[in-house]
Amino acid sequence: MTETLRPETEAQLAEAVTWANSERLPLEVLGSGTKRALGRPVQSAHRLDLTAFSGIHLYEPEELVLGAGPATPMAEILEALEEKGQQLAFEPPDLSGLLGSKDSGTIGGIVSTNLAGPRRIKDGAARDHFLGFDAVSGRGQVFKSGGRVMKNVTGYDLPKLICGSYGTLAAMTRLVVKVLPRAEKSRTVLVRGVDAAQAVMALADGLNGPFEVSGAAWLPAGLTASSGVGYIRDAGVSVAALRLEGFGPSVEYRCGKLRALLAPFGETEELHSHNSRTFWREIRDVVPFHGDSRIVWRISVAPTDAPALLASLSHLKNQSAYLDWAGGLIWLAVDAPRQGAAEIIRDVMAPIGGHATLIRGGATLRNAVPVFHPQPAPLAAVTRRLKASFDPNGVLNPGRMTEGV
Amino acid sequence: MLKMPDLDEGAIARRLSIADDLRAIVPGEGVIVDEDERRPYESDGLTAYRTMPLVVVLPETVEQVAEVLKYCKAHGIKVVPRGAGTSLSGGALPLADGILLGMGKFNRVLEVDYDNRCARVQPGVTNLAITHAVQDDGFYYAPDPSSQIACTIGGNVAENSGGVHCLKYGLTTNNVLGIELVTMDGEVMRIGGKHLDAEGYDLLGIAIGSEGLLGVVTEVTVRLLPKPETARALLIGFPSSEAGGDCVAQVIGSGIIPGGMEMMDKPAIIAAEDFVHAGYPMDCEALLIVELDGPEAEVAHLIDRVREIAEGLGATSLRISESDEERATFWAGRKAAFPAVGRLSPDYYCMDGTIPRNKLPLVLKRMNEMSAQYGLGVANVFHAGDGNLHPLIMYDANNPGELEKAEEFGADILKLCVEVGGVLTGEHGVGVEKRDLMPAMFTEEDLNQQQRVKCAFDPDGLLNPGKVFPQLHRCAELGRMHIHKGKLPFPDIPRF
Repeated sequence: MTETLRPETEAQLAEAVTWANSERLPLEVLGSGTKRALGRPVQSAHRLDLTAFSGIHLYEPEELVLGAGPATPMAEILEALEEKGQQLAFEPPDLSGLLGSKDSGTIGGIVSTNLAGPRRIKDGAARDHFLGFDAVSGRGQVFKSGGRVMKNVTGYDLPKLICGSYGTLAAMTRLVVKVLPRAEKSRTVLVRGVDAAQAVMALADGLNGPFEVSGAAWLPAGLTASSGVGYIRDAGVSVAALRLEGFGPSVEYRCGKLRALLAPFGETEELHSHNSRTFWREIRDVVPFHGDSRIVWRISVAPTDAPALLASLSHLKNQSAYLDWAGGLIWLAVDAPRQGAAEIIRDVMAPIGGHATLIRGGATLRNAVPVFHPQPAPLAAVTRRLKASFDPNGVLNPGRMTEGV
Repeated sequence: MLKMPDLDEGAIARRLSIADDLRAIVPGEGVIVDEDERRPYESDGLTAYRTMPLVVVLPETVEQVAEVLKYCKAHGIKVVPRGAGTSLSGGALPLADGILLGMGKFNRVLEVDYDNRCARVQPGVTNLAITHAVQDDGFYYAPDPSSQIACTIGGNVAENSGGVHCLKYGLTTNNVLGIELVTMDGEVMRIGGKHLDAEGYDLLGIAIGSEGLLGVVTEVTVRLLPKPETARALLIGFPSSEAGGDCVAQVIGSGIIPGGMEMMDKPAIIAAEDFVHAGYPMDCEALLIVELDGPEAEVAHLIDRVREIAEGLGATSLRISESDEERATFWAGRKAAFPAVGRLSPDYYCMDGTIPRNKLPLVLKRMNEMSAQYGLGVANVFHAGDGNLHPLIMYDANNPGELEKAEEFGADILKLCVEVGGVLTGEHGVGVEKRDLMPAMFTEEDLNQQQRVKCAFDPDGLLNPGKVFPQLHRCAELGRMHIHKGKLPFPDIPRF
């Protein structure tokens, strides 16, 4: 029987974690639970439900800050921002379609998993926009770090540690993020018929010029069928895509110059506002792998390593892959339900560096193979000591990232 | 008086034998014991504090760094890492019983990789040298602290340095992809690399801004950006700091993120104009420099929009740069603001709080009241976009008690910053300078949890002790949990 604890105040939350320490009972920390299929499954009979810590308590558009409870639905946050013409610039993905969860989850979930979309290459990830928090540590102690201002070097940057820690260090009660203006206009330059190697070169040329490219992806011919954008779906050839955002006159000007620069790579085309937005939402939310049951990996490498890596994984059964982050992010789907091809992928990556994270796979698989890229021994040792410094008895989401952490 | 960790008299007595042992690791001139040669290292940019280090060690290889740290760990000797020694918070202040580990010989750019838009550099390379190495190819490294000509990238990593462009381009932490870090155990760890988002806990994020307390950085992979096509600036005078603040808010509120947005108050304007003759208007209470960078078409468009906003708010003067030279003139006064204030006063003390921007008028008003109360002048320069305030307190150290008075005034300003929702330091770091003010912002548990993070890297507390934390606790004591099984009532929490 699973028992759920739903504290309604910070004091109750501290009490719950203290109780878990005294009983040595692990807690599964949850907001809306939409990311339970990410990371390793937590073996726990007790859930720590944070839904009471919800709602926006601070939003000052001109100060570029928003503060909310971690369980505030992403939909609520995005709606408030939209109303003021702002956004979370790291472009948090909605992985519900990929993972089969009910919705896009909560702001706490996004921060805890440090997810970011195509704009990562220009504006950073969740970690770069997470300014401060209040929380209860795994020791049952109330503490805070960071603040509500952009520029802050007072003490260690604990928000960085909490971001991407999958709830293994502390349970937040409040958090503050940086918000930015939404671009007035979005356009996408497409280069048709390029293979991965040519695409990475074309994307690099775009990024290395003064065009302020805010998205750089490559979709192979085999994956264009899933697109809701006619220009991409109907042409049936691979596309390299570069997004330009900003003020109207600037976007038009850059578009023209970028198309001229990339013309030698192949036929170019432009997507305007609606199509451009649709295309990048598909890239962000991994739409090409919706509706199938293959294992999905998210691989972060140096962009120029991507084409060779793709080639050396091309023999995997029923595999397909596309590139984001100018090649620095590979989304790979493969038919390997038992082992997930984990060892093969990580062996191939060993000489080049980077990391591969298992994003979609059954609970059994996520228990059997390391979901997160195994760390070298000294890093793994620091990781264990950091976990112990926040949560010595391992009561918060134990094993969610790696065994014993 | 600043209290530093208890002196290890034994280490001081063994100075020469420690130096001999270190010479076995770093041969030749790399170990300095001679008093005159140690003298240049006795302070950093916070010159009010001086201490002669036990021994200065200048390693040349990562192996030497690792061996020196291993040796110090084995013998319980404290270590203070140092880049160029430009810290304004005393981050590199030596310890009389600790070795000073100078990283200046790590001064090479190891690799420039335009295809992946990054460069691998050694920590002793100066901030500006990175840009110099890549600017002919149209790239630059974005964070630009005012000390960029001298400060090193290793020091930037330790302090998470900012600069005037960080509203748009971020701080050091947003522009570094990877580091090599040597821990007190002599373990060489590579965190991150040319890829994005290092795996697992964000060790890169926690190491950046850790003020040399967690490890010694021996290599940095920085992100390179293509140079914007053009940049132009507006120089706008306002009749009040409120109007200047409103202009900043409206610019950002209308969706514009300028490359740089700086504000100066009247005393700072007068000092700067008197010094560099930049042509600043003298009839205004607040002067705003707004720099817009990007494609020509964008900059032209945004200049018009900012001008409309400024005029709508009653700007008393407005100039737009027509050339790079003119833009440089606009900046000249701002960039020389510190030395300019230095001409008006025998000494000045530079503060570094950050506040929510809309609290600026209130903070300036209170600061002027304090200025009258303390009988010390204050000039303000302000990274207006991100709320980072640099009050310059003017004093004369030759007047007995005036330094202490300036420090008290400074402390009051920083407490005010915290009171209005801001923080003690935006970019200069805590170091020794703001160490004892930390409880104004943090509870004991907030600080204990930070120190537990320190313990995860350096359980013996040998790396840069006496900085950042007002009270040193033993790691064993911090790690202990006081929980009594069964004694905790648990009646109130809803259970399902």
